[in-house]
Amino acid sequence: MTPSAQATGVSERSAAPAAPVAFAMSGGQVSLDGRRVLRGVDLRITAGEVVAVLGANGSGKSTLIRALLGLIPLSGGTTELYGVPPARFRDWWRIGYVPQRLSAGGGVPATVREVVASGRIARRGRLRRARPEDRAAVARALAAVDLTERAGDPVGFLSGGQQQRVLIARALAGEPDTFVMDEPTAGVDAASQRQLAATLTGLVQEGRTVLLVAHELGPLAPLITRSIVLRDGLVTHDHRPAEDAGCHPRPGHEQVHPHAYDVSGGPMSPGASR
Amino acid sequence: MIEMLQFDFMVRALTAALLVGLAAPAVGVFVVQRRLALLGDGIGHVALTGVALGFLTGTAPVLTAVVVAVLGAVVIELVRARGRTTGDVALALLFYGGIAGGVLLIGLAPGGSNSTLTSYLFGSISSVTTEDVWVIAILTAFVLGVVAVFGRELFVLCQDEEVARVNGLPVRFLSLLIAITAALTVVIAMRVVGLLLVSALMVVPVATGQQVTRSFTATMLLAMLLGVVSTVGGLTTAFYAGVAPGAAIVLLALAGFAVALVAGRFVRRGRVAGLERGRVPATMEAGP
Repeated sequence: MTPSAQATGVSERSAAPAAPVAFAMSGGQVSLDGRRVLRGVDLRITAGEVVAVLGANGSGKSTLIRALLGLIPLSGGTTELYGVPPARFRDWWRIGYVPQRLSAGGGVPATVREVVASGRIARRGRLRRARPEDRAAVARALAAVDLTERAGDPVGFLSGGQQQRVLIARALAGEPDTFVMDEPTAGVDAASQRQLAATLTGLVQEGRTVLLVAHELGPLAPLITRSIVLRDGLVTHDHRPAEDAGCHPRPGHEQVHPHAYDVSGGPMSPGASR
Repeated sequence: MIEMLQFDFMVRALTAALLVGLAAPAVGVFVVQRRLALLGDGIGHVALTGVALGFLTGTAPVLTAVVVAVLGAVVIELVRARGRTTGDVALALLFYGGIAGGVLLIGLAPGGSNSTLTSYLFGSISSVTTEDVWVIAILTAFVLGVVAVFGRELFVLCQDEEVARVNGLPVRFLSLLIAITAALTVVIAMRVVGLLLVSALMVVPVATGQQVTRSFTATMLLAMLLGVVSTVGGLTTAFYAGVAPGAAIVLLALAGFAVALVAGRFVRRGRVAGLERGRVPATMEAGP
């Protein structure tokens, strides 16, 4: 996952004049089982931002990111993924989704490598055999979360924190430019949290977009360029602490998303943008 | 073994048994991972109406069973995708309808009676015709082809449907594909073990395999091997011991499961202990 490889991958697609707005929801409403979970959310997330969605249990955090991905239909309002409604979105290779937990399913064992390699699915055609670059991406993803030595173990044998790392590695294997993570720190021990922070630092330095839901940020806090607080299905705070700390240098960022800051127009990280 | 092969009907039966032993666990591993272990049973019930419809209309029962089982599988999948709690009851209603419909229709068929259905409910592998073997061979090729072409996508789908969606996979199509492939497997296996035991061939070898394997691929391959050992072994036993082939096949598969359950305990325990041992130095290195 070298920055240059990622940059070429992205520039091919983003050469189109479309503005690099990763997620755009306006007036987003979601009702689940008759309960209004999101009650009119307006949100624009620009490519390259590192956004944390915070809030108490039941505030609608997970619902928001799942609605942004089109996993839950909106009962009102609109949402777009890179300028396209999720139902018509085609560039799914751009998205790396990390769900809350590894589902055990019916209990058929699968090794760490099998699960991580399945993250290449959006990059591999239906009949295409695994190429060296596929294997290399899987190896890099395993190394990034420090699970190379456990690659042959069944995922069911791992601890909760290690399983979380498997899910992150699965997303990494697809080499997406946008990560969406649902509570990546929940139920994860301190060591795994630091590991996650290190992995995310690498991604942020390469200019990837990160949208994560968190109960508490812990070691991730220095990476976040913007935090959004949800309460009762509404955005109550939208805070960009970016400028008060120069602690997230982003070498190579300009090449990846040349227009990111032109569009946002915000005062964030002026030093890094030019 | 040689002696058994002198009979043409046994050659046909063994061919059918071999194909079923391969196909059923190959689909079964996805069905089990998707928590649809009872799907095969449901489709089996529905297929009975198809069999009876064949007798009523003078068409080959295998063909009408294919049509009705596939339709049933599509309905089951649509119900599953739509609801959660009400789905259970809706499926149960469908299954009762399948059995009742079969019994009703066979009564209307000229010369048909419940005993006609018995050979489909419990299997009658010794009466498999050459035409049956061809139908079974074609369906098996289709089933194995689906697994070969769509296996990786089905793995993602069965692991986590939302992740499959975010990877841009055609989730609805793949879900229908699993259901339809399972329906075809039911019809393939119908003549060998009977509709009431069809699901056993999809589920038991997988359940056995996962006691001792580490990976999904290994589970699938071992399940297919166990499937073939059960069907061919059960049929051979039935030939020499003069017992019902379908029952012998399923009981042999279950015996394999019991053995694997005990063996797996020891394998797992040894492996976990091994992992613990391997982990100790690592943690000590990481320490101060």
